[in-house]
Amino acid sequence: MSEEWATLMRAALAGDAASYRRLLTALTPALRAFARRTLAAAGRDAAEAEDVVQETLLALHLKRQTWDPAMPFGPWVRAIARHKAMDVLRRSGRRGEVPLDGLEELLAQDETAAEGELATRDAERIAATLNGREREVVEAVCLSGASTKEAGLRLAMSEGAVRVALHRALKRLAAAYGSAKG
Amino acid sequence: MKTEDLITALAADARPSGPSLPAGLLLAVGAGGVVAAILFSALLGLRGDLVAALGSPRFLFKFLVTGTLAVVALTLALRLARPGAPASGVLALLAVPVALLAVAVAAELVAVPETLWMRRLVGENWAFCLVMVPLLSAGPLAFLLWALKRGAPESPLLSGILAGLGAGAIGAFTYAAHCPDDSPLFVAVWYTLAVAMVTAAGALLGRRLLRW
Repeated sequence: MSEEWATLMRAALAGDAASYRRLLTALTPALRAFARRTLAAAGRDAAEAEDVVQETLLALHLKRQTWDPAMPFGPWVRAIARHKAMDVLRRSGRRGEVPLDGLEELLAQDETAAEGELATRDAERIAATLNGREREVVEAVCLSGASTKEAGLRLAMSEGAVRVALHRALKRLAAAYGSAKG
Repeated sequence: MKTEDLITALAADARPSGPSLPAGLLLAVGAGGVVAAILFSALLGLRGDLVAALGSPRFLFKFLVTGTLAVVALTLALRLARPGAPASGVLALLAVPVALLAVAVAAELVAVPETLWMRRLVGENWAFCLVMVPLLSAGPLAFLLWALKRGAPESPLLSGILAGLGAGAIGAFTYAAHCPDDSPLFVAVWYTLAVAMVTAAGALLGRRLLRW
């Protein structure tokens, strides 16, 4: 499984959006279960899990160059998820209660895939930190199914300008999560 | 935003931009080295007896030990910038430059009569060394922190320390070409102290700047 993810990640790093989307979609249920467990350990509402999931996805994305294709993929994901979980706990004033080995088993379990998406609390507020153009770009990219070319046509922007604005928007989202008081 | 939409947006940004992590670190070393070299030629310049000094093992040892420290510190910093990479074993590599220095000090104590030890240790210019090494290290430190900021260090403090060690070593390596004091006794005390100052700065800055 980890080998399959590594293959998808290599394709993603070469610019293959479809592989990347499959990879992130496959990882999300496990990240979600891990986030719930972390929040439960911190005595916090599991309903915040989706925010933790999104924050972790953003971290995986912005730090994707730190994965060395010669390294196994699983430990890399686990280390980032754990780092973000500790962040969440720190913001809530707790320490050292991250269920350390949770993620690996969760990644191996198929039944976690059955869990649905939860409502988000902070995500809307955090998405509001984007400026008008950035939000337009993110929305257009979603409507275009991850095609920056098509998003560019929708917005009458060059594909390059879409890419730049999108990347900036994602960085801003991640920063907004980092400074949010959980 | 729904998680599904976020994933779509991330997928559209799949291809990473900019240099790889190792390439970024090498760029930082290059840029920092250039800044240090410019400051060096503006403020210091090569020592007058350079040609004669090139035949002295004591003079060459200064480059060996600072160069080794720089390579070890930056190798470790690169490793620790990758989440999930095993690091505990490789931290032991830091013992290599320490051992080099210990051997050189022991050799010096054997080679030089006891009456000269203090004079060698104090040298001619220790205060200047303590000012110039940190000054020459400032540029390298800034670039190294920039390069590591692109990584994802699990401990910003430890990565800041390694950036400080690497930058201090680059600064000391550069200063060594001017410094008239070649005794390993001088290096063990004053170079170490100067590099420690840069390391402390790296720790303080790294802890804040390398969070992600």
